[in-house]
Amino acid sequence: VSQLERRAVTRQLLRSRGDALVVTGLGSSTYDVFAAGDSPLTFYLWGAMGSAAMVGLGLANAQPGRRIVVVTGDGEMLMGLGALATIGVRRPTNLAVVVIDNGLYAETGMQRTHTAHGVDLAAVARGCGFAAADTVQTPAELDALERSLYTGPGPRFAAIKVAPEPTKIELAPRDGPYLRSRFREALLGKSACL
Amino acid sequence: VTSAPAWPDALYAELLAAGIKQVVYVPDAGHRRLIELAHANPELTTVVLTTEEEGIGVLAGAYLGGQRGVLLMQSSGVGNCINALALPAECRIPLLMLVTMRGEWGEFNPWQVAMGQATPATLAAMGVIVLRADEAERIVETVRAGAGLAFDSGRMVAVLIGQRALGAKVFRK
Repeated sequence: VSQLERRAVTRQLLRSRGDALVVTGLGSSTYDVFAAGDSPLTFYLWGAMGSAAMVGLGLANAQPGRRIVVVTGDGEMLMGLGALATIGVRRPTNLAVVVIDNGLYAETGMQRTHTAHGVDLAAVARGCGFAAADTVQTPAELDALERSLYTGPGPRFAAIKVAPEPTKIELAPRDGPYLRSRFREALLGKSACL
Repeated sequence: VTSAPAWPDALYAELLAAGIKQVVYVPDAGHRRLIELAHANPELTTVVLTTEEEGIGVLAGAYLGGQRGVLLMQSSGVGNCINALALPAECRIPLLMLVTMRGEWGEFNPWQVAMGQATPATLAAMGVIVLRADEAERIVETVRAGAGLAFDSGRMVAVLIGQRALGAKVFRK
């Protein structure tokens, strides 16, 4: 069992985000990213399970000069596994998908996900043509990911195995129009809201 | 063999005029010409999807990033989109879907009928505004109206292109 703690992992990865655009998958990933520090350039999903990586792809297409980082959970990624194939066709060089993989559906009572039974998400991403796809299990591997996440050619994928302990819910903003408009204003300027 | 219809080229021009930059789709015979035109234009980003719901996420991301897009699909794909529509619904993100219809006008394949018949009600149940074009000469103006409603008024809009306008798929050759 991995000793990496999900809040510490997320905090470490996001401290280097710079001007990267971040999309989160519903549930624990949304809470983790919010707990690491709110930003108008973070778009939190609270629903539409399975969509996080695809929101990242649309953003990556629209903003080729910016790094896009999707932070989601194993359950959310598994619900939209085809998204990895769709990203593999486009191969956006500015997109990274990070799965915080605890092997559990934490929101619904800690039932085991497919990854707890051995399904290897990094192998799927590799098979879909990602430029890099790794499983991260140690602090040294996490340090390496923190460096490559924002600078290495994409599309990049990492499944970070984290400890299964539950974490406290940190309530990120969930009002959709607010999240939409603050993101667009911060990225595109005031004219985006005209 | 009948000659290719003229409306897909006019529809393509209409989408460019509406500022569309991303064309995302699950292939369908009714959208064949439009998909070819989109791929031939280096100014457009095309995304082929494994399932239609992916397109809802891609277009939400496109809008967050400052681009307009369109999602092309057949009516059988509408049901795949239901829960993903929560994203544009809650965030009031513009969405333009062009849906070629099956299961209605002279359909041969009975397996297409259930989703085809349920398509307008399914979209409406999720808050998507449904427009229809059942004659080829109405398609472009209906898409123009739909694009206005989607991008100017910030709404989810589906334009259903009727099987009557497309012609039923021929199985017995």
